[in-house]
Amino acid sequence: MPAKTCPRISEVESLNQLFRRLPTWAVYLAGVLPFLWIVWLAVTGGLGADPVKAIELRLGELGLQFLIGGLVITPLRWFGLNLMKFRRAVGLVAFFYIAMHLSAWVVLDMGLRWSEMANDLVKRWYIIIGMAGFAAMIPLAVTSNNASVKRLGAAAWRRLHKLTYVAVLAGAVHYVVLVKAWPVEPLLYLGAAILLLAARAWKARARFLPVSA
Amino acid sequence: KIEAAKSPLSISDTPNTFEEITTYNNFYEFGTGKEDPAANAAALTTDPWSITIDGMVDKPGTYDLADVLSGQPLEERIYRFRCVEAWSMVVPWIGFQLSGLLNRVGVQPGAKYVAFETLVRPEEMFGQKSPILEWPYREGLRLDEAMHPLTILATGLYGEEMPKQNGAPIRLVVPWKYGFKSIKSIVKISLTDSMPQTTWNMLQPSEYGFYSNVNPTVDHPRWSQASERRVGAGLFAGRQDTLMFNGYEEQVASLYAGQDLSKDF
Repeated sequence: MPAKTCPRISEVESLNQLFRRLPTWAVYLAGVLPFLWIVWLAVTGGLGADPVKAIELRLGELGLQFLIGGLVITPLRWFGLNLMKFRRAVGLVAFFYIAMHLSAWVVLDMGLRWSEMANDLVKRWYIIIGMAGFAAMIPLAVTSNNASVKRLGAAAWRRLHKLTYVAVLAGAVHYVVLVKAWPVEPLLYLGAAILLLAARAWKARARFLPVSA
Repeated sequence: KIEAAKSPLSISDTPNTFEEITTYNNFYEFGTGKEDPAANAAALTTDPWSITIDGMVDKPGTYDLADVLSGQPLEERIYRFRCVEAWSMVVPWIGFQLSGLLNRVGVQPGAKYVAFETLVRPEEMFGQKSPILEWPYREGLRLDEAMHPLTILATGLYGEEMPKQNGAPIRLVVPWKYGFKSIKSIVKISLTDSMPQTTWNMLQPSEYGFYSNVNPTVDHPRWSQASERRVGAGLFAGRQDTLMFNGYEEQVASLYAGQDLSKDF
């Protein structure tokens, strides 16, 4: 097919070339900027009447956004756009925000009331689900280096990193469950997570079915 | 400035700032975010305003706001305010005892409950265009709760007319109950002999009971009510223990003598 009739391909290709030149530290930098912004707002009193809740919410949402961003990379590749080299950075930034979100809960929100937190950890579904999501991310963060890929073997490493799916679902459900009534935003995150996972399931199934079906 | 007498029922805690009280609100008629009401409530027309009082009363009717207020002595009541979401404030309300109004319209002997409704006006209260709650917002009290001296209809705070995001022009304040019981922008008060339907209870009866008294020993099914964060206390202030009946135990515990508060939550 002559290239002229297929402009999309070449546009994607030029994007790919652009991203090949973009260093991964740019993602880390872009990832940490919202955090610095939150710190700035907290210091200057720009977070409203209840800065603790605002910090907690923003950190959690950023974590979810980066988690979902990480899940977008594979489907984009189905359409030719290759952002694979940024995936580790996106995932680690997501882990950073979720860890900060958890710290904000422990220190700022709960004020280090350990017995109350312990109580929540066995009784409250949104805490249990959220904590499960965080726990799922720990092995991912720990093995997010080339040495671990080598040691585990690529196949095992990839299998392990499917825990991302657990983390993002847990995170999104955690958000839906902790709010009162049914506001739109948490549902949007959950919808995006389900859509991205369903796309993978559909793709995987398609691989095993004859094309003519 | 509204002139209001000091009240012995005020607490001595330092109130939250006007800024905090008016920028951190739950008023889903104007959006579900805490800052939405401050951003969106300006659209609300609060003058003219009338309240329909009906049901088991001697003098039912639709009363102009000025008529509702006439003859009711305004007091400043500095009360604790505890949200079901486990945050709290201290608010210097200005208002008068609900009992004053109820006595004026004449409660008939068979009446047992008081039901309240908020204005429905989606063109000014854009949150009502979405079915997040069943509009109008409804609340209710048992008659003895409604007649309690702590229960007020508030028309201002900090010496100012009630800000729209806080429930202008007139709202209920029941300081020993979770904040959502203190219904805002009231247009209807009905005296009934049966327990009225209340909005959050209609949405999720397992989580929001009719009584909804502040009670550190009865958890919300999804979170603990043992402690609370005082808004404005600072980033590292942590939490404080939640008090039984929000610290009004001495005044109101007798209302619930013999009731199992884990069932009548």
